[in-house]
Amino acid sequence: MLKILKYSFYDLMRSRWSYVYFLFYLILGFVLLFLNNDVDKAVITLMNIIIVLTPLIGTIFGVMYYYNSREFTELLLAQPINRSKIFMGQYLGISISLTLSLVLGLGIPFVLYGLFKSAAIFNFSLLLLVGAFLNFIFVALSYNIALSTENKIKGFGYAILMWLFLAVIYDGIFLISLVVFNSYPLDKFSLAATMFNPIDLSRILILLKLDISALLGYTGAVFRKFFGTNFGMLISMGVLVLWVVLPVLRMNLKLRKKDF
Amino acid sequence: MKYKILFFFFFISFAVAAKQIVVCQSCTVKTIKEAIKMAKDGDEILIKKGVYKEQDIVIDKPISLIGEKGAVIDGNNVGGILIFQTNNFKIKGLKIINVGLSYTIEYAAIKVIKANNFVIEDCIMENVFFGILIEKSKKGIIRNNKISSNRKNEASSGNGIHIWSGEEMKIYNNVMFGLRDGIYFEFVKNSIAHHNLSYNNIRYGLHFMFSNNNEYHHNEFRNNGAGVAVMFSKFTTMHHNKFRLNWGSASYGLLLKEIYDAEIHDNLFEQNTIGINAEGSTRINYKNNTFLRNGWAVKIAGACYSNIFTHNDFMNNSLDLAYNSNINDNKFDNNYWSEYTGYDLDKDGIGDVPYRPVKLFSYIVNKTPEALILLRSLFVDIINFSEKVSPVFTPDDLMDNNPLMKRIND
Repeated sequence: MLKILKYSFYDLMRSRWSYVYFLFYLILGFVLLFLNNDVDKAVITLMNIIIVLTPLIGTIFGVMYYYNSREFTELLLAQPINRSKIFMGQYLGISISLTLSLVLGLGIPFVLYGLFKSAAIFNFSLLLLVGAFLNFIFVALSYNIALSTENKIKGFGYAILMWLFLAVIYDGIFLISLVVFNSYPLDKFSLAATMFNPIDLSRILILLKLDISALLGYTGAVFRKFFGTNFGMLISMGVLVLWVVLPVLRMNLKLRKKDF
Repeated sequence: MKYKILFFFFFISFAVAAKQIVVCQSCTVKTIKEAIKMAKDGDEILIKKGVYKEQDIVIDKPISLIGEKGAVIDGNNVGGILIFQTNNFKIKGLKIINVGLSYTIEYAAIKVIKANNFVIEDCIMENVFFGILIEKSKKGIIRNNKISSNRKNEASSGNGIHIWSGEEMKIYNNVMFGLRDGIYFEFVKNSIAHHNLSYNNIRYGLHFMFSNNNEYHHNEFRNNGAGVAVMFSKFTTMHHNKFRLNWGSASYGLLLKEIYDAEIHDNLFEQNTIGINAEGSTRINYKNNTFLRNGWAVKIAGACYSNIFTHNDFMNNSLDLAYNSNINDNKFDNNYWSEYTGYDLDKDGIGDVPYRPVKLFSYIVNKTPEALILLRSLFVDIINFSEKVSPVFTPDDLMDNNPLMKRIND
């Protein structure tokens, strides 16, 4: 598995897209800090971007890599190697290389602008951690989709749809249900609803550390009590881990039965 | 002129006639009560260093009470301490501690009843129920005092400086913390509070009730339940104050309720959950204020008419403005909005496209507070954008026609 991981990792590291992705974050980081010159505020702006973009890139990269390296995968499958090792190697290769681009791309400008001296270091590391989680989650989800659909175009379509659903449509349904069931107590419902969407969950995790903790207090003590404490933080992290583990498990199950 | 000279001589003779009574542990006069009994009008009582365990000291003559450094009156947590029932008195430099707690009687470190022309200065009051309680008085000066307490809830705590029915008071350079309200004006007219610092109070930093024609400026209010509450008052002027870090559930920088004809200018609202919460407030001019990183900068709850917002800075607030109806009678003009995305082709410093400060999302949050959990979500950005293009839910005419391109108070 390590060998395959290494291969996919180097393969991706050599590819143009990893560099483009890395450079994108690098430039973004520098520009944000140049315009703001305030690490705190830059973290807020960055959050908006990470929440939307990281899942999208993860999804597209995952699907693209699967379909592109299909022939090579088939060649590997002919060898006496465990199937799950091949795919886990590929999966980890993509996730790690994407995470590396993210962490380095954003980390370098922030470190240069004196992150270690700023109080925002905790928020920033949380941001990167959440970004890394989102990478792992969305690559796993997209691999699932790709494994289940033979047709390339369909696979891409489903993957994008999944991203669109989790990033936009889910919130829409969420909001509508909040408005429609206005007269019922909704605290617990919305708490649960955020757990079922990794993007929402990571957004709230970061927001609570940044600007709306007190605004939420206005809404109802339930949110603040839950997310504001270390226990809530731990649970949310646990749910994010589950969001990685479950798709990976499903991937392995699917692999066992799949006819290549 | 004749009268003035007469007045002058009167005072000179007054000063000459006055004598000083010294109170200390080793003097002939050992307690403050004794000294007061002996004193005649215009005398000065000098209290030397030491702890005096006395309560309910009633002062009914126009005298001065001066404390040396280290002079402490300890009330032993029993009841009130000093009670002034006279005109023309002065108290200076005393430390007064441990006022008793009562749920029925308002015990105070310094209580003033029906007095004219008095000065309370340089006093330190610690662990008080009420600090300075003034009833039906006129022309008082309260300056350079430090009042604090450590009570935990509203019911068991009193106010720092409480004026019930007063006129022409001047309150400045005081520090108040750990109380219920820092300063409380109830039926007070023509008074001024300035350069005070009020922080960590359970309820309000400064509280107005039924008080007209007052002014407060250059004060700082931070970390209170709400910075300042102005209720049922007319003609209040508020300027150059700082409202900071009133952060928590149901916290406000400035709470306005049923007030008319006020001027609010040159204030700073920084990191409050709600910068200004206005309810039933009419004919108020907001000018040159800075709203920095608040949850809501301004929340207008209802029955607010003819308010004018001009030349204010709205910087990095989570939500600039919340409205709970789509009828608008208030005017927004020439403000700077950090979220403004328009352009300025003719380079006159004024944006060419009007700015709509009420977003659809803030409207939704008003109806369903739980929806706040979707703040900064992509979906919310999308609906905000579509509402901006063609407003349906938010007040149609609520916009800043001349948004500024640059900050005013940078």
